[in-house]
Amino acid sequence: MATPLLETRALSRNFGALAAAREIAFTLEAGARRALIGPNGAGKTTFINLLTGVLRPSFGSVLLKGRDITRFSQAERVKLGIARTFQINRLFRGLSVLENVYMAVSERVGAARSMFLPAGRRTDVIEESMHLLEALKLENDARHRISELPYGRQRLVEIAIALGLKPEVLLLDEPAAGVPSAESHIILDAVAALPAEIGVLIIEHDMDLVFRFAQRITVLVSGAVFAEGTPKEIAANPDVRAVYLGQATRE
Amino acid sequence: MIFGIDVASILLGGFAAGMVLFIVSVGLSVTMGLMGFVNLAHGGFAMIGGYVIVLSMNRWGVGFVPALALGFVATAAFSVVMERLLYSRLYRAVELDQVLFTIGLVFFMIASVTLLVGPENQQLQLPDMLRGQLDLGFITYRTYSIVIIVIGVVFMVGIWLGFERTRMGAQIRAAVDNRRMAESLGINVNRLFTFTFAFGSGMAALGGGLGAEFLGLDPQYALKYLVYFLIVVAVGGLGRVTGVFYAALIIGVLDFVLKQYVPRGGTLYIYALTILLLLLRPQGLFGKPA
Amino acid sequence: MSAPASPLTHPAALALARRHRVRIWEPLPWLVAIAAYFVFPSYLTFGTEILVMVLFALSLDLALGYAGIITLGHAAFFGAGAYAAGMLSLYAGWNEPISLLLAAALVAGILGLLSGWVLLRTHGLTLLMLTLSFAALLEELCNQFIEYTGGFDGKNLDIAPVLGAFEFNPLYSNTQYLYALAVLFVMFVLVRSIVYSPFGHSLTGIRENILRMPAVGTPVQWRLAMAYSISAAVAGVAGALSAQTTLFVNQTFFNLEKSATVIIILILGGYGRLYGAFIGAIAYMALAHFLSKAYPTAWQLGLGLLLIVIALFARNGILGIGARMLRRLGGRAA
Repeated sequence: MATPLLETRALSRNFGALAAAREIAFTLEAGARRALIGPNGAGKTTFINLLTGVLRPSFGSVLLKGRDITRFSQAERVKLGIARTFQINRLFRGLSVLENVYMAVSERVGAARSMFLPAGRRTDVIEESMHLLEALKLENDARHRISELPYGRQRLVEIAIALGLKPEVLLLDEPAAGVPSAESHIILDAVAALPAEIGVLIIEHDMDLVFRFAQRITVLVSGAVFAEGTPKEIAANPDVRAVYLGQATRE
Repeated sequence: MIFGIDVASILLGGFAAGMVLFIVSVGLSVTMGLMGFVNLAHGGFAMIGGYVIVLSMNRWGVGFVPALALGFVATAAFSVVMERLLYSRLYRAVELDQVLFTIGLVFFMIASVTLLVGPENQQLQLPDMLRGQLDLGFITYRTYSIVIIVIGVVFMVGIWLGFERTRMGAQIRAAVDNRRMAESLGINVNRLFTFTFAFGSGMAALGGGLGAEFLGLDPQYALKYLVYFLIVVAVGGLGRVTGVFYAALIIGVLDFVLKQYVPRGGTLYIYALTILLLLLRPQGLFGKPA
Repeated sequence: MSAPASPLTHPAALALARRHRVRIWEPLPWLVAIAAYFVFPSYLTFGTEILVMVLFALSLDLALGYAGIITLGHAAFFGAGAYAAGMLSLYAGWNEPISLLLAAALVAGILGLLSGWVLLRTHGLTLLMLTLSFAALLEELCNQFIEYTGGFDGKNLDIAPVLGAFEFNPLYSNTQYLYALAVLFVMFVLVRSIVYSPFGHSLTGIRENILRMPAVGTPVQWRLAMAYSISAAVAGVAGALSAQTTLFVNQTFFNLEKSATVIIILILGGYGRLYGAFIGAIAYMALAHFLSKAYPTAWQLGLGLLLIVIALFARNGILGIGARMLRRLGGRAA
């Protein structure tokens, strides 16, 4: 077995008495298309926070290409090739779309340390940022400020920024969240067009998106891995249905 | 002077000054903990309230306790007007705007009082009962200082009980801990804030008036002691009544001791201690860890 | 439709590539400053004070306007630079002005780096109190060593002529003014380059959304400390400049009033816009010069009112109001 791209071993996180993550054993291969689903409060965003370094685990480890990165900071993990998007946009609202993506690309290529050459002279960064925008069909918005964009396209900028980091692992936290159904196809298209070689993990509630996108699905319930398999297997799994239905009847 | 008596008199003096700091700062701590609003004009409310108390006694012959009540109510009412008209516009604003606004407000307050009353220091005319010395057995000390200490403790216990035993107190504590959660539970945080702002300003008024003996009272009071109030609040921990109390006592005693033994440059140690404490515990001694 | 041409010709790319170009009105403040030299020969002392303030406010803009660091203690670095220059000239016999400026920048910059690395982990009231206390601490230390520093009474300084030829004559401020203008110009070019660099861009990112930056791979603490350190160094140069041109230094160079005044000046002019420092300094100091001595209480009243109005309605200062008016006149820009 080749070393998985991303792996967690017994990853756990407690908040006082609450076990938000319980001994999660998880692997992601290069080129994977994985969906992480589960009822509300299952700990999906906590898991992403543990993977990216926003949270430190109470126990267990995170490995990237076999290397233990559990002690590494957020920024260090980004440098090693893990990128994420946020469930609620964290964009630079006062800046233009191009400037937003520039931020990520410039940081990645190390331009952000340079203090005396104008940002505009780094045509390599500008060109790459524009290519990214074109790939996501955002080039017409390049000059607009984030605050001027409809929400769906703002979500795309979230993804553009993450892609600007040329990640090997991409973690998307509910990319379609909050996007009006009239616009949600642009998210679907963008996700479908992601580079083939990167490993992608999506948290989603939109089952349409999940089943169209995922090669494998991991189901998280109460912080633990409940089930894992191909979309067909998960759809047919009666326990998974019970967990979701149970959630539905409670509401 | 026997060593023990020396220490007792220093502690009493420091406690008295600390109590004044506590009474003035407790309102600032709670409002900052509740709304996160940086109110640098808090000293201005203390100053204005102090003026109401002192002037009503000196110029209109109002009695001591009625003057205190008048100062509390007038300042609380004034602060409600300020809060509803001006402060509330800046709740969602950036910290910088809040700092700017409150600095402007305190300048305005100082200048207004200077123009209306004059820049001189105002003396609090103590009622005869509170003058002179009180014999405590092991030491004879200024009556007024002891009274202040008692008042301070009574306030502290009263406010603490208010926080712990009343429904509103529970709501305030919940909102200080986690505003969003409190709001989602149906607590009207804005209304709570108006109340605490009024109460806090009223307390500040009492502190300004009662403390005129120790800290003086002139228009510059609002800025002169602002740093002390802020230190007490930051070191105590935002929104923590016990925190403000102990921090005020510590700073009060420390300042008093330094004034006696290190007359020049004593404040250096207070700043150094503040920096040390805030670096070790940024949330304050009693504050909630980040 | 995506054109077959290079993406660099896209209007957004062109705008970004040209962002740093000198705009046509940018030489204006400098021409005004030079003109003032000839038009107001009797006000050159006051003019020099303004230039020093502009530099100080410019340093704060880097920290506050671009990196978003709110500090009530920037005078710590102003004073540190002033005393670095002062002490070296008094006790080490080193009084060549330009090298003293460099020494001041170094001392203040190191102070900024060390304090920034430690303090900038906090935020909100804690950070405010720490910056305030740090400056107050330095002022008290200055007072403690009053034999060396002169405390409140301060020390008079002896500075060698600039470039060996131009003397600082206290009665005749021509040299001081031109010297200050030259120093301001050099520092401004420096700060402007930083602001338009990718480093400056990342500072804007930290200011706009600090939580996003680690997720983009930015070592945020380190960036902030660097920005704070540079801002401190420039403030140190301003302090040394003030000490040199007035041939005097005292502990008030560290005080809270200085820190508060420079924040007011920057916000009045408009922070995050580089030239806000110019406008704010001129406006504030002109008003203060004429009003605060004659009618101090009315000045405080008016200033308080002005700050309240700015906080409520004009948080981007004079330049912000100007920009709003330009937008209305020119229609909504794309």
